[in-house]
Amino acid sequence: MNSETQPQSDEEEERYVLRLFIIGASLNSMRAVANLKEICEKYIKDNYSLEIVDVHQEKSIAAKEQLIALPMLIKLSPSPERRLIGDMSDTPKVLKGLGISQM
Amino acid sequence: MSIEPSKSQFNTLPKTLTGIQGLDEITQGGLPEARPTLICGAAGSGKTLFSMEFLVHGAVMYHEPGVFIAFEEKTDELSINVASLGFDLQQMQADKLIKLDHVRIERSEIEETGEYNLDGLFIRLGYAIDSIGAKRVVLDTIESLFSGLTNEAILRAELRRLFEWLKEKKVTTIITGEKGDGMLTRQGLEEYVSDCVIMLDHRVENKISTRILRIVKYRGSVHGTNEYPFLIDEEGISVLPVTSLLLNHEVTSERLSSGIPELDRMLGGEGFFRTSSILVSGTAGTGKTSIAGSFVNEACLDGKRAIYFAFEESPHQIVRNMRSIKIDLQTHIDKGLLIFSASRPTLRGLEMHLLSITRLIERFKPAVIVLDPISNLITVGSASEVKNLLIRLIDFLQAYQITVMFTSLALGDKRAEQTDESVSSLVDAWLLLRDIESNGERNRCLYVMKSRGMKHSNKVREFLITDKGLRLVEVFVGPDGVLTGSARETQQLLEKTDVALRDQAITRTDREIERKRTLLEAKIASMKEEFESIKEELNKTYIADKLKQSILDENKKELTQKRDKSI
Repeated sequence: MNSETQPQSDEEEERYVLRLFIIGASLNSMRAVANLKEICEKYIKDNYSLEIVDVHQEKSIAAKEQLIALPMLIKLSPSPERRLIGDMSDTPKVLKGLGISQM
Repeated sequence: MSIEPSKSQFNTLPKTLTGIQGLDEITQGGLPEARPTLICGAAGSGKTLFSMEFLVHGAVMYHEPGVFIAFEEKTDELSINVASLGFDLQQMQADKLIKLDHVRIERSEIEETGEYNLDGLFIRLGYAIDSIGAKRVVLDTIESLFSGLTNEAILRAELRRLFEWLKEKKVTTIITGEKGDGMLTRQGLEEYVSDCVIMLDHRVENKISTRILRIVKYRGSVHGTNEYPFLIDEEGISVLPVTSLLLNHEVTSERLSSGIPELDRMLGGEGFFRTSSILVSGTAGTGKTSIAGSFVNEACLDGKRAIYFAFEESPHQIVRNMRSIKIDLQTHIDKGLLIFSASRPTLRGLEMHLLSITRLIERFKPAVIVLDPISNLITVGSASEVKNLLIRLIDFLQAYQITVMFTSLALGDKRAEQTDESVSSLVDAWLLLRDIESNGERNRCLYVMKSRGMKHSNKVREFLITDKGLRLVEVFVGPDGVLTGSARETQQLLEKTDVALRDQAITRTDREIERKRTLLEAKIASMKEEFESIKEELNKTYIADKLKQSILDENKKELTQKRDKSI
């Protein structure tokens, strides 16, 4: 498990709490992690916490979290909760899903 | 069950028993083992229940735990829904026999941001299978994925992978799919599941619904291709396996009495063959039910079990009416030898009737059953459907070695006669009851129209329903034709008078002759006397003459001697 937190916030907006479910070292998973990190660093730098969960390590989590398609990103906060699936290569859609207006 | 799935000499395709009544017979052993089977059908056709039964029976009867992945219903909803069939899913989950998982997928909550796959589902499924050692898996309407996820290309590739993976996992899988336009399923799942496809349908004809099951495809196996009606009731699904394609029932030459000695005599002296089917048809009020009652009564008196299916009268009515002709059915009911099953034909469709009949038979195991009357069934189906039903029923009964008596009402109207005609070729014996109206009265007549395999009377008998029971009497056939009822009685009386008169005449003549004889004999005696006296008279003269002659001769001799001496 790999988690990264940036406690500092220099904006008034709520912190982004993200959880990314991936599966092992598959191509899609690697891409999703890379793409997401890039987007986060670019748009919500220092205002997010990202938890990356490898479902292979903890299989029971799949049912608990209603996982079907992978990779999947859950935006837990700010509400509403949103789910994003895919390798996060479609940046506008990722931003839309996260509720970030493009600058 | 007597209908055993036939065993192929080459053990080709291993199968998994479903435990669903009747289905294992049609498929000759169940669904293909370790392969996916597609169950498709419209909404409400029973797909979920079908797959749930597959799992529950597997867990309970065959010790094969199962995983149920529900894409539509929530797990607790599912538990409640199947609880009405007596399955306690909560307990079974606790016992690790069944695992339920509800897969919820909401398009509005999901944003697709690029390439993905269904590994999440694979992992869930794999985890569920491994955690209870499942042998059976149900994916209830996996097509829901298509409404939750938009990338069809990915979905299709992933489904293909999923089915392959399930095969590798060696689990027998049921996938359900909603019926689509011109296709078996909306998303064409049949493309991926190539081993076995079963279609469920729900039809309403004449306001009566019938559920139908059909095996569209079963690779590598012989299977019935017909539409099989099935039933969902408090015991779950039962498919009607009641069509044996072969006519290879064992036959017996044992006989069963009809309860009417004269009728037995008409049937070669001993009655009907056991395991045969008998049709009693006739117009209203000719005594069909009485004959049926008598038949049942006789069987019960013999210690046999019987079921009386009444489609017209209530059991109490029948028992009461039978009592009036000295047939006591109540004692048989009390002894547990006889049960009644009364229902209006319009209560359910024909298939349901057949099913409830066969089910009751399987439970009660009677030797004799009566269906009274089958002509009423025509109100819920066409003549050909009724015939079809009866064929299957007769097949079923023969497999169980049960003798059946049908009664059929002939109204003189075309439809009912058609029933008669269509059914008559199926039955082994056909008794026909007729009204004969003459001289201001109606009388019942009975004759044996046919009786396969035995010598039977060709005579019309008058059928009497008396308070001492049923009787058959010979009708009077005279110069004026067949006489029945009081005309027959009158004729019989007339004949009796005739006989008496004739008898008297004969005795008078006899006496006359006797008298004449005595007279003549007296005469003869007196003439004899007369003759004797004449004879004596004649003899007297004759002897005198002889005497005279001999004396003369004597004298002559003496004279001659005297003369000689004197010489």
